[in-house]
Amino acid sequence: MVRFDQIRRILKPRSKVAGIAVLLAGALLAASLCFAAPGDPSPLPSIYDPHSTPAKSIVHLSHFVLSITGLIFAIVFGLLAYAVVKFRKRPGDDGREPPQVYGSTQIELAWTVIPILIVVVLFLATARVIHSIEDAPQPENAVEVVAIGHQFWWEFRYPQSGVVTANELHIPVSEAAHPTPTFLTLLSADTDHSFWIPQLAGKTDLIPNRVNHMWMDPYQTGIFLGQCAQYCGTQHAKMLLRVYVDSSQDFATWVQAQQQPAVLDANVTAGRRVFETTACVNCHAVGGTIANGRFGPDLTHLMSRQTIASGAADNTKANLRLWIQKPDAIKPGSLMPAMQLGDADLDALVDYLQTLR
Amino acid sequence: MSSDAMAIPNATAEARPWVEVVHEWVTTVDHKRLGILYIVYALIFLVIGGIEATIIRIQLIRPHNDFVSPQVFNRMFTMHGTTMIFFVAMPVLFGFANYLVPIMIGARDMAFPRLNAFSFWLTALGGILLYFSFLGGNGLYGAGNAPDVSWWAYAPLAARAFSPGPSSDYWTIALLVSGFGSIGTAINLIATIMCLRCPGMTLNRMPLLAWLNLVMSGMVLITITPLSAAQIMLLVDRYLGGHFFDTQAGGSAAIWMHFFWIFGHPEVYVLIIPCFAFMSEIIPVFSRKPIFGYPVMVGATICIAFVSLSVWAHHMFTIGMNSYANSFFAITTMCVGIPTGIKIFNWLGTMWGGSIRFQTPMLFSIAFLFQFLIAGLTGIMMSSAPFDWQLSLSYFVVAHFHYVIVGGIIFALFAAFYYWYPKITGRMLNESLGKLHFWLFLLGFHLTFDVMHIPGILGMPRRIYTYEPRPGWETLNLIVTIGAFIQGIAILVFVANLIYSYFKGPQAGNDPWDAWTLEWSVSSPPPDYNFAVIPVVASRRPLWDLKHPEDPDSRYE
Repeated sequence: MVRFDQIRRILKPRSKVAGIAVLLAGALLAASLCFAAPGDPSPLPSIYDPHSTPAKSIVHLSHFVLSITGLIFAIVFGLLAYAVVKFRKRPGDDGREPPQVYGSTQIELAWTVIPILIVVVLFLATARVIHSIEDAPQPENAVEVVAIGHQFWWEFRYPQSGVVTANELHIPVSEAAHPTPTFLTLLSADTDHSFWIPQLAGKTDLIPNRVNHMWMDPYQTGIFLGQCAQYCGTQHAKMLLRVYVDSSQDFATWVQAQQQPAVLDANVTAGRRVFETTACVNCHAVGGTIANGRFGPDLTHLMSRQTIASGAADNTKANLRLWIQKPDAIKPGSLMPAMQLGDADLDALVDYLQTLR
Repeated sequence: MSSDAMAIPNATAEARPWVEVVHEWVTTVDHKRLGILYIVYALIFLVIGGIEATIIRIQLIRPHNDFVSPQVFNRMFTMHGTTMIFFVAMPVLFGFANYLVPIMIGARDMAFPRLNAFSFWLTALGGILLYFSFLGGNGLYGAGNAPDVSWWAYAPLAARAFSPGPSSDYWTIALLVSGFGSIGTAINLIATIMCLRCPGMTLNRMPLLAWLNLVMSGMVLITITPLSAAQIMLLVDRYLGGHFFDTQAGGSAAIWMHFFWIFGHPEVYVLIIPCFAFMSEIIPVFSRKPIFGYPVMVGATICIAFVSLSVWAHHMFTIGMNSYANSFFAITTMCVGIPTGIKIFNWLGTMWGGSIRFQTPMLFSIAFLFQFLIAGLTGIMMSSAPFDWQLSLSYFVVAHFHYVIVGGIIFALFAAFYYWYPKITGRMLNESLGKLHFWLFLLGFHLTFDVMHIPGILGMPRRIYTYEPRPGWETLNLIVTIGAFIQGIAILVFVANLIYSYFKGPQAGNDPWDAWTLEWSVSSPPPDYNFAVIPVVASRRPLWDLKHPEDPDSRYE
């Protein structure tokens, strides 16, 4: 059995290849590298700014692939450009046809065998990375998360700690000394979705009636952005996703806070009554109360999240009010219905939600 | 060998009432007229699909734009994809095949002229049904219309639970109907090429265009069938209580993907192989040399056809297949690159040592070679499954396949238009407008699709109606949209050229390019029966033999 930290060592960077590749890859890479400064996680989810083993090994593989394809491009383009310039019809030509050449077996053989060799090399490099990412064993101390795709939001359940949250995934940083990678089980409640945080790992789809897996071991704390990558319906575009990579202490604190039932604040009983006597409870759960719906995000610790509507809006009082009153103003076509509440009820409800810390 | 003097004259000199003319076109079973119908039909849909693309690009010009609603945007990309593949690329290629194959093999018509007409009208009905959905369909949420499930219509999004209205049914039936049309045309082409070649034209002397269309037809038979089967299964799911793809009742979403892509990937080759055929006719003529390695070109094409049937799941690298399946589809996909590379090298070999003329058809052909090379190489990148886990479903893959379809197929088609328009209409296309069209389109194409790779690398997924203001995404999307408009202008120049030259272009004569295949031996446009006397050929380039009796090809083959 291969140990997890061994895998990470196998996938160590080969900087020489990387250097050549950056030269060869031209505009494509250059542009991406400008935007992706190494170091801090940036607000730009570039695949060339990896902060986790799967993403990093893909970058290394891509350097190798880009060097080969870049070389092929340079050679073939060179030949094409040479032929176009050298063998053009010139004004002084006497109009006689050039020598009629029908082919050459030797040349045909050469340009068949060389590509076959290239394919063999490419395949071996590819197969190695496929295996190292897909068949990585789950270590004992891995954090398990079940991610469930919904039309148009993400549900995250932590079976080890019982935490349930939505849209903003918290995971611990994985230190080289004792790695704590996160292993995700991917499910879907309705249509196909795809979980993609480019800086942490390649994407994997969430497909109904199918259990998929992926893992990541972020080296660095911070926020990593991504979004649903598989077309899932009207609001596919605003099914945003963010991963908070916390230090192990912060993560433990966060888990502990999330495990608590909802805060019951005596000042907002009016709002709570609105919540518990309208259709809200059909879809939303608030831990420790009668609300136990599962069609929408769990709201027990709503205010611990920075965004609402799967990242479509900041979690502010005004946005929350607008979202309940007129969801189409933020996310037209989302499955959250307009609640048709009077102003008094609406204010009370928003006040109640604001206490769900 | 046939010539003008022997051709049967067209017997339609005096003006007739327009009803009679329309009736003649609607009831025609002539392969040339059906070819023209296919091509004109495809050009109309090209403009419609282009308008949809423009709407998509205007919406994406800046973040949080609200030019169209998400519902409309989703319809636009669904209709754009479906239209461009099924009602532009396939019909226009079938149109050229219909027109050219019989003449190039020395036949008077297709093997089954009535089946030919039937196939065209089925395809035409398919496109009309698809667009009727704008009037008769309901989208994902009832109030809308036109299909909005994307051109893959992945399960279970296309199931009734998620697409209650009939718009998805219009999509299904449109593809089913036009699919039967495609199968009819494929059978017809195979029968024609197998049975109606003129005396002396052995398979080994057949023009590459006929060879490649033969391979393409074989692939259509193999690949349209699973698509049609899947469409029928989807209809059974939606109306007869079936559960093939209905995940809520235990169906499998992945099975739909397999059905769709065992059609969908070979479909790319169904479209590109006829374009290889155009290149294999045009590049030799404008380089003044025979095609380099004719038998290898045929072999490589057959090889592509076989290998391309085993690569479909590289569209599904992200669905969580195990590492063995992913490795298998990675290596088969890489293998397609070998015969494809051989073809590119053979075209280069054809140009090598030639005397290249840079008329418009050749300009488009050279651009094709350059762009198809890049498209192939980005394809190799994505065949490396882990790299694809990042690139798939992003704008990188959108840029990649537009490089194949626009940079490859559309450029090859433009080359074919400039090359064969004189044969079809009897008049040359305007060369200055042609060059303007070429340079504008080249500029627009590269602005749009070179730049479009980068947002994908920067994490922008496809099929999103709007995006967050992330560094880089905004500028890049703006440039892509500008490029799209330049392409649109270039297309207008092209359409203007088609119309202008039809009336004002210089007379083409039989053989304006000094070419070597049989279609250039008859008048332009060819007489109704193509050949008054069926020609007899002795080599792959019968007109070369005629023009160079001292040094005929037949001496070397």
